[in-house]
Amino acid sequence: MTGSGTNRLGQGIEAMQGESLDPPVQRERKSPLRFAWWAIFILGITYFFLPLIGTFAFSLRAVPPSSAYTAILEDPKFFASLGYSFVVGFITIIISISLLVPTAFWVRLRLPRARPYVEFVTLLPFVIPPIVLVFGLISTFSRPPLPFTHTDIGSTALLVFGYVVLSFPYMYRAIDTGLRAMDIQSLTEAAQSLGSGWLRILIQVILPNLRVALLSGAFLTLAIVVGEFTIATFLARKVFSVYLSQLGDIAPYQQSAVALVSFGLTWIAMGFIALLGRGSRSRVTITGAR
Amino acid sequence: MTETAFARNAQGAPPARPGRRFSLTWLGLVPFLVFSTLFLLIPTAYLIVGSFVDSTTGDVTLQNYARLTEGLQLNAYLTSIEISLVTALVGGIFGFLMAYAVISGGPRRLRGPLMTFSGVASNFAGIPLALAFVFTIGRTGLVTAFLAGLGINPYDGGFTIYSKIGLEIVYLYFQLPLMILIIAPAIDGLKREWREASENMGATTFQFWRYIALPILMPSLLGSMILLFGNAFGAQATAYQLTGGFINLVTILIGNQLTGDVLHNKGAGYALAMGMVAILGITLLAYQFLQRRSERWLR
Repeated sequence: MTGSGTNRLGQGIEAMQGESLDPPVQRERKSPLRFAWWAIFILGITYFFLPLIGTFAFSLRAVPPSSAYTAILEDPKFFASLGYSFVVGFITIIISISLLVPTAFWVRLRLPRARPYVEFVTLLPFVIPPIVLVFGLISTFSRPPLPFTHTDIGSTALLVFGYVVLSFPYMYRAIDTGLRAMDIQSLTEAAQSLGSGWLRILIQVILPNLRVALLSGAFLTLAIVVGEFTIATFLARKVFSVYLSQLGDIAPYQQSAVALVSFGLTWIAMGFIALLGRGSRSRVTITGAR
Repeated sequence: MTETAFARNAQGAPPARPGRRFSLTWLGLVPFLVFSTLFLLIPTAYLIVGSFVDSTTGDVTLQNYARLTEGLQLNAYLTSIEISLVTALVGGIFGFLMAYAVISGGPRRLRGPLMTFSGVASNFAGIPLALAFVFTIGRTGLVTAFLAGLGINPYDGGFTIYSKIGLEIVYLYFQLPLMILIIAPAIDGLKREWREASENMGATTFQFWRYIALPILMPSLLGSMILLFGNAFGAQATAYQLTGGFINLVTILIGNQLTGDVLHNKGAGYALAMGMVAILGITLLAYQFLQRRSERWLR
C-alpha cells in the first residue's frame, strides 16, 4: 500500500536509524502492548480462516469424502456456467477497455474541461448499486423500442452492458492513473509527426504503456463478473454464481466444494493483481458481488 | 492540473482548423457518452421519472415518496441502515486495530501477506461467502458442532445465522479487509517524529493518542467507515443467499418488487430505489469531503 519501492526502503532505513538511537526505551514500552497486537491479529486471522476451513470440512462429509469434488468434474452445468461467466467477463473487459481508454486519453489530451463530467459518470456505479441498476435496465429494455430482455442474446448483451457499467469506477481510475504517469502530449506529437493516425497512436503507443493498469483492471473485472449474482439472476442468466446458489437443494456437498473453487478463483485473480502491481496500491472496490 | 493541461494545449501541437475544432474535439467522447446514456443514465432517469408519477393515473405526484414511511418500506430502510451502521463501526474499529497491529504493533512482518489476503477477502462476497458461513456456523456447521460438543450450542440460546446478527457477522468478512486496505495509507502517514516530539515533551501514550494521533486520523477513520456503510448498504446477493430473501432489507425488497410487485405499486418501487440512491449519494459526498480533510495532514 505504500507508494514506491524506494519509499518503503526509505521508511525502513528511517526505522532502523530510530531504533539504533534509543533501543532500550523502545523495547520497554512495547513489550506489554506487543501481546495485545498479536492477540488482535490472531483473532482476525481466525475469523478469516474459519469459514474456509468450515466449508472444506463440510465438503468432506460426502461419502466417500472426495465425491463432492469428483461430482464437480462430472457436472456439465459446472463447466457450462463457468464457461459462460468467463466469456461474459472477457467481452465485458474488451468493451470496457475499448470504451474507456480512448475516452480517458482524449480527456487528458484535448478536453480537460470534460473531466469533471466524465469522472462523475464513471463514479455513478458507487451511488447506483447493482440491484438498482438492474431494476432500471429491466424497466427500460423490456419494451420497445429496445426490447433486449425478450431474447436470449439480448439478455446476455444487457448483462454484459451492466457489467461494463460496474467496471467504470476502477477501470477509469486505473487507466487515468496510468495515463498520468506518461507524457501523452509528447508521445502523441511524436507519433503524429511520424505519420500515425489516432487509431494507431491508441493501439501502438498508448495501449502498450498502459499494460499493467489494464491487466490489473481486467483481472479485477473478471473476479467481480465471475462472482456477480444480483444482475445475472434478475436477467435469468445461468452464470456461475447462479449455478452455485441453486446447487444447494440437490447437492449440498458439491455446493461446498464449488464455493471453495469460487474462492480459489478470486485468489488467482487477486494474486495476478498483486504480482502486477508490486509496490503500487492494492485496488479497492465497493461495487460488484456483494 | 487542469490549468497546466490548458496551457499546454494552447501552445501544443497539431490542431490547425479553428472553425471545426470545437465540434471535432467533443466527437471523441461520443462512444462513451452514447454508451453511458443508454445503459446508465436512461435506466436511472426511468426510475427517477417513474418515482414522481402515479402509476395508475399517470399524474405527477409525491405520493410514492410519502409511501416510503409505510411499514414495509420503513422497516426495510431501518434494517438496512442498522446492519450497515453496525458492520461499518465494528469492521471499522477492528480493521483499524488489525492494520495498526501489522504496521506499528507486533506482527510487522505479516503486513504483506495480510494486505494480499485482504485484497482477496474484500472481493470474496455474495453467494460463496454466505454459503461458507452456513457451512461454518449454520445449524450443522463446523463451529456450531464444536461448540455443541462443549455443551454450549449457540442455537439453543436463540442464535441463528439466518438473522440480523448472523448477517452482520457475515458482512464483516468483506467489511474488515476493506477497512484494512483503505486505512493502511493513513496509518503510514502518522509520522514517527510526532511521536518522538510528544515523548520529548513528556506526553504519555494515552496523551499522544488523545491529542495527536486520533485527531489527525479522525477524518480518515470516519471517511473509511462511511465507505464501509455504503458497501454494506448496497449488498444484495449475500443477504439473499443467507436468508432466502426473507430478511427485509431495501435491496431484497427492491428485488421482490422487481420480480413480484410486492408493493402493488410500480411508482412506490421506483421511489424505494431512489431513496437508496439518495442515501448512497450522501454517503459518497461525505466520504469525498472527509477525504479532502484527511489529506491536509497525511501527505
